[in-house]
Amino acid sequence: MTVETNHLEPQELPRPDAPGVKRKGKRSAVGKPQAGTKFVFLRNAKAITGMAILGFFVLIAIIGPWIAPYDPDAFSDQLVQPPSWEHWLGTTHLGQDVMSQLLVGTRYVMVVGFTAGIIATILAILVGVTAGYLGGWSDEGLSLLSNIFLVLPALPLIIIIAGQLDNAGMFIIAAVISLTAWAWGARVLRAQTMSHRKRDYVEASRANGESTWRIVLAEILPNLTAIIASSFVATVTFAILTQVTLAFIGVTSPTDWNWGTVLYWAQGNQALARGAWWWFIPAGLCIAAVGVALALINFGIDEFVNPRLRSTGKYARVLRKRGITARVGFTPIDRGMTHGGVGASEPGGASPSSGPLTPEPPGDTVDVTSVPTKVTAKK
Amino acid sequence: MTTPVPKTATAQARRAADPILEIKNLSVDYGFGDDPTHVLQDVSLTLNRGEVLGLAGESGCGKSTLAYGATRLLPPPGVIRGGEVIFTGRDGIKTDILGLSDSDLRSARWRDFAIVFQGAMNSLNPVHRVGTQLMDAIKAHDKKASKKDSRDRAAHVLELVGINADRLQAYPHQLSGGMRQRVMIAMALALEPELLIMDEPTTALDVVMQRQILEEITDLRDRLGFSVIFITHDVSLLVEVADRIAIMYAGEIVEAADAKDAYLRPRHPYTDGLLNSFPPLRGPRRELVGIPGSPPDMAQLPEGCRFADRCPFVMDICRVEDPVLAHTALKASEPDRLVACHLHDGKASDMPATLAKVANP
Repeated sequence: MTVETNHLEPQELPRPDAPGVKRKGKRSAVGKPQAGTKFVFLRNAKAITGMAILGFFVLIAIIGPWIAPYDPDAFSDQLVQPPSWEHWLGTTHLGQDVMSQLLVGTRYVMVVGFTAGIIATILAILVGVTAGYLGGWSDEGLSLLSNIFLVLPALPLIIIIAGQLDNAGMFIIAAVISLTAWAWGARVLRAQTMSHRKRDYVEASRANGESTWRIVLAEILPNLTAIIASSFVATVTFAILTQVTLAFIGVTSPTDWNWGTVLYWAQGNQALARGAWWWFIPAGLCIAAVGVALALINFGIDEFVNPRLRSTGKYARVLRKRGITARVGFTPIDRGMTHGGVGASEPGGASPSSGPLTPEPPGDTVDVTSVPTKVTAKK
Repeated sequence: MTTPVPKTATAQARRAADPILEIKNLSVDYGFGDDPTHVLQDVSLTLNRGEVLGLAGESGCGKSTLAYGATRLLPPPGVIRGGEVIFTGRDGIKTDILGLSDSDLRSARWRDFAIVFQGAMNSLNPVHRVGTQLMDAIKAHDKKASKKDSRDRAAHVLELVGINADRLQAYPHQLSGGMRQRVMIAMALALEPELLIMDEPTTALDVVMQRQILEEITDLRDRLGFSVIFITHDVSLLVEVADRIAIMYAGEIVEAADAKDAYLRPRHPYTDGLLNSFPPLRGPRRELVGIPGSPPDMAQLPEGCRFADRCPFVMDICRVEDPVLAHTALKASEPDRLVACHLHDGKASDMPATLAKVANP
């Protein structure tokens, strides 16, 4: 998980943002607005790729049922046909169109994934931050609760609950999944809140008489953004995989189309043995693609939220072009663009090489600084 | 007038013209984009063997950037844009630090040059004993060292900085701030580096502790014979500890001179202003004058001299032409002093009296 990285607090290294070394671009002073500081996240290549893939699936989720060429339930006489112009992704054992099933099923996958992600993240924030900030008995109680949910075997529990519910719709499935998925995030948020609670800026806000609500919402929560975001993305991934699993093993209604249902029917009808690869590979690829997209977004969030990684992420392409690897401890050297003064002859006679040749009288000071060569007309 | 601490004879003798570190035309940018901030442009500095060189200036004037740039320790988005940093070992072998491979650089660090960071006392890991951390450092660079060897060595360096060897068993929280700072200095000295860079090592400490640590450093310097680059914004401290002082302003060195000379007879208006910003402990009372204004924005440097806007002696040429670090108007009497100021272009008699004091013969 990409949780820990934003807590590197390099105190011992000089800060580029220290006063006097302000990085205020010259262009911004001329009036050109700093090109989209708000959307820096969207300039990160990983985040863009992830968002693009995810955006594609979200789009399908919205318009899928309308653009599906066939009714996913409709039978036809073309049984188990390989991909053709008529059926782009072939047909099932009942002559149903696989592509239509995938297109229609995407909505289910996305709705369950994001609903579960949102509910679980809200639960995690409520429980984790409250426990971490309040401490004492509230912490004990809430920690106990999240610990219990942590050790509960999630999948069997979901299978039992979902199996008991007749005709569980997608929102019920999402609720059940989020019930088992929030504890991990709560645990991490609690630990991080406890660490922030003891820091000087929170103590200062308390001393200033800020209300607990304000401290938690305005001071601490923004510091947890990275963890919350990555925990959300991770929960969405978990929810998608879980509900696909549920559909695949047949716990949820096999007539609600989603990628797992497609796999369920494919498995039940020996698609692999029949060599009907078009039946299960596209659904598997869809799951993998969404997983990759969410992981990429997670990386992107990390680079965006950590200000130190941000400038690196923002300039990733420039850095690659210049052959620079930005690392702490090994400052990159790039002599690409020459400054006017490099290599110019040294004026004055105090070059260091003259030192050993001219013995200095003892007791006197010895030469000092070689004369720097500098361009006089500097912009 | 304060008389600086007299330098010992050994220190004087050691200061032959034998450079250990030559920074030549070092240029450093902050920022990876199209419009980086040029924080250092062609800065040069030479450190002689056995010498304590003080680097002074306001916050954000590039002192730390210069030291970290020369050792390739600048964090992103720092980029070194040019220059050389020649390190000459005891064996006389010259290496360009900027040209070293990663592994060579890693092994040169600590062994050839060590750094005591700003706020170093917070660099100790609170869950490990001080001794373990010292021994870790020794083992990392000397794989062959046995456990006993490295423990002995750790005890030795700890005693060097005036801490009893039984404190090896202590956890960092059991030590005072000053002791932790000494532990960090001990750690820096553990591998007998030839060059020690100290970045405001005493800023967080009280004056008594400052004094003790400084005395220890000068004492150790005389005994172990390493060279020191001492970064601070406290000029009065530098006058006591340093042999030579380089004053930085807005990313350039404006004056480099013998510590005593710089203190008694400043030649650059900025040095003069800095010295007038703190009270002398002894001697006649004198009015404290700060330097009005603040340093320029490094991203939008003014044309000409960077100090012009704050300089009491500003002339027309200062707004047009950036002065070059060169000999003073009084170069006959002080050949080793370099100043970047247009006042010194002309004759000494034309100069403001405060900047043209002459040493009493």
